Amino acid sequence: MTRTLVVVGHGMVGHRLVEALRDRDSAGTWRVVVLGEESRPAYDRVALSSYVEDWDAASLALPGSEYDDDDLVELRLGDPVVGVDREHRVVTTASGARQPYDALVLATGSYPFVPPVPGHDLPGCHVYRTIDDLDAIRATVRAAHGPGRRAGLVLGGGLLGLEAANALRGMGVSPHVVELGPRLMPIQVDEGGGALLKRLVEDLDLTVHTGTSAAAVKRDGDRLFAVLSSGLELDLDVVVFSAGIRPRDQLARESGLEVGQRGGIVVDASCRTSDEHVWAIGECACLGGSVYGLVAPGYSMAEVVADRLLGGRAEFPGADTSTKLKLLGVDVASFGDAHATAEGSLEVVLNNAVAGTYAKLVVSDDAKTLLGGVLVGDASSYPLLRPLVGREVPGDPAALISPAGGEPVGLDALPADAQVCSCHAVTKVAITDAITSGGCSDVAGLKSCTRAGTGCGSCVPMLKQLLASCGVEQSRALCEHFDHSRADLFEIVRSTGIDTFSALVAKHGRGRGCDVCKPVVASILASLDRGHVLEGEQVTLQDTNDRFLANLQRNGTYSVVPRIPGGEITPEKLIVIGEVARDYGLYTKITGGQRIDLFGATVDQLPDIWRRLVDAGFESGHAYGKALRTVKSCVGSTWCRYGVQDSVGLAIELELRYRGLRSPHKLKSGVSGCARECAEARSKDFGIIATENGWNLHVGGNGGFTPRHAELLVSDVDTETLIRTIDRFLMFYVRTADRLQRTAAWIEAMEGGLDHLRAVIVDDSLGICADLDAAMGVHVRDYADEWRGVLQDPEKLARFSSFVNAPGTPDPAISFREERGQRVPVLLGTPEVAAR
Amino acid sequence: MTSLVERDTATWTSACERGALQPERGVAVLLPDGTQVALFLCADGSLHALGNVDPFSGAAVLSRGIVGDRDGVPVVASPVYKQSFDLRSGVCLDDQETSVPVHPVRVLDGVVQVGAA
Ligand code: SRM
Ligand SMILES: Cc1cc2nc3c(=O)[nH]c(=O)nc-3n(C[C@H](O)[C@H](O)[C@H](O)COP(=O)(O)OP(=O)(O)OC[C@H]3O[C@@H](n4cnc5c(N)ncnc54)[C@H](O)[C@@H]3O)c2cc1C
Ligand code: SF4
Ligand code: FES
Repeated sequence: MTRTLVVVGHGMVGHRLVEALRDRDSAGTWRVVVLGEESRPAYDRVALSSYVEDWDAASLALPGSEYDDDDLVELRLGDPVVGVDREHRVVTTASGARQPYDALVLATGSYPFVPPVPGHDLPGCHVYRTIDDLDAIRATVRAAHGPGRRAGLVLGGGLLGLEAANALRGMGVSPHVVELGPRLMPIQVDEGGGALLKRLVEDLDLTVHTGTSAAAVKRDGDRLFAVLSSGLELDLDVVVFSAGIRPRDQLARESGLEVGQRGGIVVDASCRTSDEHVWAIGECACLGGSVYGLVAPGYSMAEVVADRLLGGRAEFPGADTSTKLKLLGVDVASFGDAHATAEGSLEVVLNNAVAGTYAKLVVSDDAKTLLGGVLVGDASSYPLLRPLVGREVPGDPAALISPAGGEPVGLDALPADAQVCSCHAVTKVAITDAITSGGCSDVAGLKSCTRAGTGCGSCVPMLKQLLASCGVEQSRALCEHFDHSRADLFEIVRSTGIDTFSALVAKHGRGRGCDVCKPVVASILASLDRGHVLEGEQVTLQDTNDRFLANLQRNGTYSVVPRIPGGEITPEKLIVIGEVARDYGLYTKITGGQRIDLFGATVDQLPDIWRRLVDAGFESGHAYGKALRTVKSCVGSTWCRYGVQDSVGLAIELELRYRGLRSPHKLKSGVSGCARECAEARSKDFGIIATENGWNLHVGGNGGFTPRHAELLVSDVDTETLIRTIDRFLMFYVRTADRLQRTAAWIEAMEGGLDHLRAVIVDDSLGICADLDAAMGVHVRDYADEWRGVLQDPEKLARFSSFVNAPGTPDPAISFREERGQRVPVLLGTPEVAAR
Repeated sequence: MTSLVERDTATWTSACERGALQPERGVAVLLPDGTQVALFLCADGSLHALGNVDPFSGAAVLSRGIVGDRDGVPVVASPVYKQSFDLRSGVCLDDQETSVPVHPVRVLDGVVQVGAA
């Protein structure tokens, strides 16, 4: 017989319970009714702060959270439960609906605690918990229009407070953070770590006030003022309370269930409350005297209840409350017994004020067992240290955090049953099994088959290392002719000044090269401006597209794409394109990149076509090259009533600046004149979106095979800073990316990801920015149109001939037919697509 | 090196001066019967001629492929879908069932000549 399970609250944990139960209950013994207060299905609250990047709620969606194809799950949203009648086993909702249950699970999460400061409920004061909260904060920020930069106050300097401050920063607001405790993140880090954290965070435009609190918030006209207990008064646009959370246990209290001393619905190890038909999971539950404010313990509880509902005997396995935070490029991690509360425990501290790093390990009294630790500034050893908690330290504990040894603990030191992914409780052995017998050969594969890495993401570097240690990682060798990666070859060519392929392969490789390494070397030489791409031996390295400076089509003809910077074109130029297309019978199409493609030109027609185009002021659009393609643009403030900056002007400036830059893969850009984003800039390798105060730069987006949105790199910068940042971004990419690696994949593969990238090109952490700037300077200075270069050089021109012994005779294999009034190729036999 | 089968001079077509060929940059040659040949000069000085039509796409483009070697075998990679062909035998290394015709080549008085396959 089917029984009814009612779940109150559709948050992350409630959703996990439904998923886990439906996964296992193949016999359909339970019908599930989920009653949620929020108007949308469960979403990724852990990633809530990323919402400010795109304001797209859909990107926070949790997969399968609408249960569309499941008749046994009913999801009712926007109608909170207001009463539980345990005697009759019925719950009542705010709308008056009554829902009977056989089993009831409370998954109501927590609410943000707002201290009773006078004025805490004034308009402009917010909390930070739901998508709706963030929308409300944004509305306040938008409505604010005081002089100068907007200012905000975040009350609470814990993990969430810092996230909220960062989100405000993302909205163009300068945040003040007020923390009553003596340091930031008092729960997670110790005094030394807190002091360093404060310094690092202050470098990033956050003002930190510790050891004080807000005494009152006042409103005067459209300004908010906060008076701190230290006496300081702050003039503000927005206030966010982030002073901790409290379990939502009101339903339980009112219906007489047992609650903990400091709140939380008391449950046993099976997550059952004092009523055998009622369970509580997630942040609203109090288990073993603790209320957990993290998602991983909640997920464990959901698994326990799913098992129990189906007659199992699972118990809560205990929780890992380690945290790792990555904000504004500042790493903070805390794990295990971070405050050395265990009897006799010893601390090993390495405080490097110069490098801006702080590391502390807590070990047992015999210095043998790792108990916990704190890392600030550099948390790269976190993924390795966390699983070692409670285990024997291999050797001297100080060696674990000593920078001298580079990688202190090898992965091999980790026992097989150590948890690598704490979000999803995945052990090292589960991952190595998935690699060796499950056929997983990359991080994406491991994510889908073990779930590891799909939570907070902090274990991803470990997954990569495990792949490598199982021998899966692809060799970095470019091909059989070079043992080097593209980045290595770039450095070799750059530092040795070698300027031919022959010299390079003779000295650093073997054989005569192939269609993999030759175009790579050609591209490197071009990036370093070592001569025209068709000069001397270089012509033999080029793929056919680059060799004829046009795109090869399926019938052996080529297409011609003149550059139309920013998509802006005069009627006169449009007429020239039309005339050329008409005179050569070229199929004409407007591309997805805001320009015009002319198809069906034969090799010997290319120079004539280009002569006419160059005379009319056109130049190569590099549609054939791994180079900058287009900088797409919307119409911007010149015409558009919403535009806040001149997007066309910037797009043209950028396209002209970076035209001709050869890169590991093609590069695309876009500039939108306001946040409506009509130029789709966030789907580009570098996309710029205008703000009231300047520009936001997003990097690492692409469409194509694996679409990915670009991420915010810097915000509200002026044009000069913007261009300098893009210069460095592109040059760093050109130098270090792999062959055919788009910027998205490059950043994903980068150790430390976007934060590392920002450190390198914004904060100059590697000290290479001057060099990158200079390299881009050379590119901009020395750029010359490739097609003009060909037309001026008879030797290069001579290569554009159909047959050596019969130049001018058209290729007899090419023929055309007509379709919708234009010429299209007659298909040659049955083409086979992409053999390798 | 291609096997040089001596044939009636009438079947030879002059392509160009040997000195006009650039190592590892192919050129296309049109034979009187309309057949297209891809002619290559390798870095070691050897000459090779294959049918110009790429069997995978049907386009007459092999002469525009990149020349190099794979496991020591001299090859040209089709510019369309990138399969490699052995310059000596015309056999496709990525699909042994498929091959392109091999044409004889010779140099007479400094002029490169190509024969029928
Ligand atoms: C002409 C155009 C389609 C059109 O008629 O609209 C086009 C045509 C081709 N695209 Fe594209 N792409 C065109 C816009 C796009 C876009 C949209 C955009 O740029 O706004 C995308 C997705 C966005 C992106 O790149 O992130 C796109 C993603 C691709 C990809 C997949 C890239 C990836 O990272 O997965 C390839 C394959 C590749 O480059 O390896 C590709 C490759 C090609 C090639 C070069 C395929 C080939 O090797 O022959 C096509 C030849 C064009 C030619 O002969 O001129 N094309 N292609 C567009 C030219 C835009 C321009 O003016 O330059
Ligand atoms: C900004 C932010 C960052 C975070 N970062 C991390 C992190 O990095 N790592 C980590 O582990 N955790 C993090 N957390 C905490 C994590 O989000 C929570 O632990 C997790 O969401 C708890 O899940 P839950 O289902 O118990 O509660 P919630 O996700 O809060 O879900 C409870 C749901 O129940 C609803 N509800 C409440 N009462 C009722 C009622 N009477 N009737 C119907 N519905 C009701 C609520 O509206 C809510 O939708 C973060 C939280 C925030 C806000
Ligand atoms: S989508 Fe495919 S078929 Fe269409 S233009 Fe792009 S590459 Fe060619
Ligand atoms: S530890 Fe968070 S995803 Fe693995």
